[in-house]
Amino acid sequence: MSVLNSKVPEGPIKDKWTNHKNKINLVNPANKRLIDVIVVGTGLAGGAAAASLAEMGYKVKAFCFQDSPRRAHSIAAQGGINAAKNYQNDGDSVYRLFYDTVKGGDYRGREANVYRLAEVSANIIDQCVAQGVPFAREYGGLLDNRSFGGVLVSRTFYAKGQTGQQLLLGAYSAMNRQIGKGKIEMFNRHEMLDLVVVDGKARGIIVRNHVNGEISRHSAHAVVLATGGYGNVFFLSTNAMGSNVTAAWKAHKKGAFFANPCYTQIHPTCIPRSGDYQSKLTLMSESLRNDGRIWVPKNIEDVEAIRSGKKKPTELSEDERDYYLERRYPAFGNLVPRDVASRAAKERCDAGYGVNQTGEAVYLDFSSAIQRYGKEAATVKGEKNATKERITELGEEVVRTKYGNLFQMYEKIVDDNPYKTPMMIYPAVHYTMGGLWVDYNLMTTIPGCYAAGEANFSDHGANRLGASALMQGLADGYFVLPYTIGDYLADEIRTGPISTDTPEFEAAEKAVRGQLETLMNIQGTKSVDHFHKRLGKVMWDKVGMSRNAQGLTEAIAEIRQIREEFWKDVKIPGGLNEFNPELAKATKVADFLELGELFAVDALSRNESCGGHFREESVELDGEQKGEAKRDDVNFKYVAAWEWNEDPGAANLHKEELEFKDIELKQRSYK
Amino acid sequence: MSEKGMNLTLKIWRQKDSKSKGKMETYPVTNISEHMSFLEMLDVLNEQLVEEGKEPVAFDHDCREGICGMCSLHINGEAHGPDRRVTTCQLHMRMFNDGDTIHIEPWRAKAFPVIKDLIVDRSAFDRIQHAGGFISVNTSGNTIDANAIPIEKEDADEAFNAATCIGCGACVASCKNASAMLFVGAKISQFSLLPQGQVEAKNRALNMVKQMDLEGFGNCTNTGACEVQCPKGISLDNIARMNRDFLSASVKK
Ligand SMILES: Cc1cc2nc3c(=O)[nH]c(=O)nc-3n(C[C@H](O)[C@H](O)[C@H](O)COP(=O)(O)OP(=O)(O)OC[C@H]3O[C@@H](n4cnc5c(N)ncnc54)[C@H](O)[C@@H]3O)c2cc1C
Ligand code: SF4
Ligand code: FES
Repeated sequence: MSVLNSKVPEGPIKDKWTNHKNKINLVNPANKRLIDVIVVGTGLAGGAAAASLAEMGYKVKAFCFQDSPRRAHSIAAQGGINAAKNYQNDGDSVYRLFYDTVKGGDYRGREANVYRLAEVSANIIDQCVAQGVPFAREYGGLLDNRSFGGVLVSRTFYAKGQTGQQLLLGAYSAMNRQIGKGKIEMFNRHEMLDLVVVDGKARGIIVRNHVNGEISRHSAHAVVLATGGYGNVFFLSTNAMGSNVTAAWKAHKKGAFFANPCYTQIHPTCIPRSGDYQSKLTLMSESLRNDGRIWVPKNIEDVEAIRSGKKKPTELSEDERDYYLERRYPAFGNLVPRDVASRAAKERCDAGYGVNQTGEAVYLDFSSAIQRYGKEAATVKGEKNATKERITELGEEVVRTKYGNLFQMYEKIVDDNPYKTPMMIYPAVHYTMGGLWVDYNLMTTIPGCYAAGEANFSDHGANRLGASALMQGLADGYFVLPYTIGDYLADEIRTGPISTDTPEFEAAEKAVRGQLETLMNIQGTKSVDHFHKRLGKVMWDKVGMSRNAQGLTEAIAEIRQIREEFWKDVKIPGGLNEFNPELAKATKVADFLELGELFAVDALSRNESCGGHFREESVELDGEQKGEAKRDDVNFKYVAAWEWNEDPGAANLHKEELEFKDIELKQRSYK
Repeated sequence: MSEKGMNLTLKIWRQKDSKSKGKMETYPVTNISEHMSFLEMLDVLNEQLVEEGKEPVAFDHDCREGICGMCSLHINGEAHGPDRRVTTCQLHMRMFNDGDTIHIEPWRAKAFPVIKDLIVDRSAFDRIQHAGGFISVNTSGNTIDANAIPIEKEDADEAFNAATCIGCGACVASCKNASAMLFVGAKISQFSLLPQGQVEAKNRALNMVKQMDLEGFGNCTNTGACEVQCPKGISLDNIARMNRDFLSASVKK
């Protein structure tokens, strides 16, 4: 028997959550005041959790490394949030959202968790509207929806291209209400550097104040980690510069199992790289695939003409273009899931059809949509004889209202007008489905330590569908954790205040100080970024969109080598007890250098292709699916949960076998 | 597309911490590509400084795509630099020419004390919102159906426009009085334009304006500089709306 107990409740899937909630232990309101909860992270998951827990009466301390909780990386989410509201009357339902998510995740998620997510999704929209989140509306005053990849219904709610911003401001406003009442004590510009475990239970954290370098201890009856994803292990990703794995990794080293570290989402539509100086990659929301058509030239001569500037993409006629997603996947076309779209772009570019100087770009073209919308608008306005120019003008106006800020962002970065020439895009690291292993209650393998949002190994299996991360973050924070944490805290009412004056806190603080001093004392010759960039290159080249045993084995050795050099040769100017951004970067990169290795180890041990994890050794060799990724349910239908064992590469593997009782296991087909 | 990079002279405000005095320092940078963002240009400088064993220039940033509101910088006398409707992280070096001298300073306002170099403390903005930047509804999920109250598209869009404020503080930095009216106006409007937010609109305005005054922001004399420099195009209408909410609340009191 596995040591992992997912604690999935008994009973039919549609009753599990309700029954569980009915049976869960409750904490009496008077006792809640005696219980402290630490929430690390103030994105959608942490912000929602902190606000909800404080409302319920717990004493909450919340932490973030930015200068305000409202700046958590959730703010950057663009396209939208899913919910099974069926407002469009297109046949959506809780079951369909559940089904799409399990299938989209390539059958590597836990059914019961996914069902719960779909079940609470509708409430999220109600909640957000009540908080004043200004979602997009139709002229009739009702909420509007759009479609996202991998599904055949329109269930995505949005606020132009700034959905994450609006949702986070909602959670932040709920936090503000509690901060104002003194129920949440907020620590900005503070970074968690270790988890404190006492008698096997999570009892607090050690943090560093970025402003003055001060190290402090904080105790609580439970610790919630909502610290986001670790895509920055690749150096270049669409994540914010500060996004990191430190909190989750420190918990891992204290006993929390790390699940499926290799499941990474490489998002198909990002602005291609342009130079070595580049610090991050910019996403162009998936919502653009609703209206944009993806193509490369059919003929290699045209590719060369375009690259050398002799031809413009707009000069190519329809039959000189290869709309390869529409060609390969007629049923879903441009709206196939992300992993499929990314691999297809890589396939074309590897074959030599990439349309920019680096050969790593494909077109995302809005001209058809502009014409279509323009004609519609002209008809509505009664302009029967509208000229082509007029139709284009009207169509561009429609596209501007839908995606204006994204088009502006593109133009500012690339210096090219996407209304007139197609956008150039290429896949980039975007999201990590892996994370801390949690049970049905969102508790990690350390009692009292919870993980929510992108930081947990999540409901998305091996591939996340668009607009589902925001849904999961808010579901975890508003509706799941506030219930499930009570089950644990009910036993804590007699514990009383937890002292930070104990050997465990002492030891944890000492270890943190020791690590910081060691880093400062190396005084080597190379900057932190130097090592981070090298790590990123190994990850992208050998642990990226396409992986094989040889590359992964090499990657493991190379990462170990970089890590060794880092600890000998990194150079950090400035001092310990002051604002020191280089030092803050160094602690993050130190953890990425360990996680990177486990990541590669996990990818090596999973000798199948599933979702975003593509092993070159595992593809369909013939039949209709020839060339597509090949899953291996006989050998790999499990969650890989790794237990720390002194060295990142020596982690012990535990398997949580996945059961599919409500959805039949099938080869995923979007053809 | 010229591939030859630019050579620039940077004059940057350096200040060890909030207690120390600061001063401008001069740094040359060479071979800067026009495709770099302004912050990537500063990354190049910092990489150079680290190699020389000097302390890199501290500046705030996170998302680097114009949405988190973390980056700031007064560049050649303008908040977020010479381009319009962009934040510093979205500003590109193609806005500058070879041989330029660029002055880089932190936001200057009494309510935004400098923490280090180009980093200031904007927590006053948070405190204003603790005072009323919310709708008093619990997160139980037991609210009414999201479509139960239709909202006119125009109102929803206006509320959205106000809510796109990223809380960067450029409005304060570009105002000669260091007034926070544009920011607070946007925050108040975002709620009061919606039926859900109307209920508490008056108290919200009173409480937030009171906190704004306590934080030491200056008065508004209608120069309109804030609107020009705001990277998100937040309109002065929001100030008018706030004044209306505030006045009607004061009269009622
Ligand atoms: C550009 C972009 C666009 C996206 N668009 C969409 C979309 O349209 N729809 C969708 O569903 N999803 C989208 N996603 C994914 C989604 O935004 C994220 O997965 C989600 O917001 C993560 O939320 P979170 O609350 O888990 O973490 P985050 O929002 O990342 O928050 C992490 C928090 O943890 C804090 N933190 C981290 N480490 C520490 C530490 N050591 N100490 C103290 N604090 C710490 C941070 O300060 C921050 O407050 C997008 C992602 C990106 C990058
Ligand atoms: S109003 Fe504009 S300038 Fe002021 S904080 Fe908001 S976004 Fe920044
Ligand atoms: S770094 Fe986020 S807005 Fe500039």
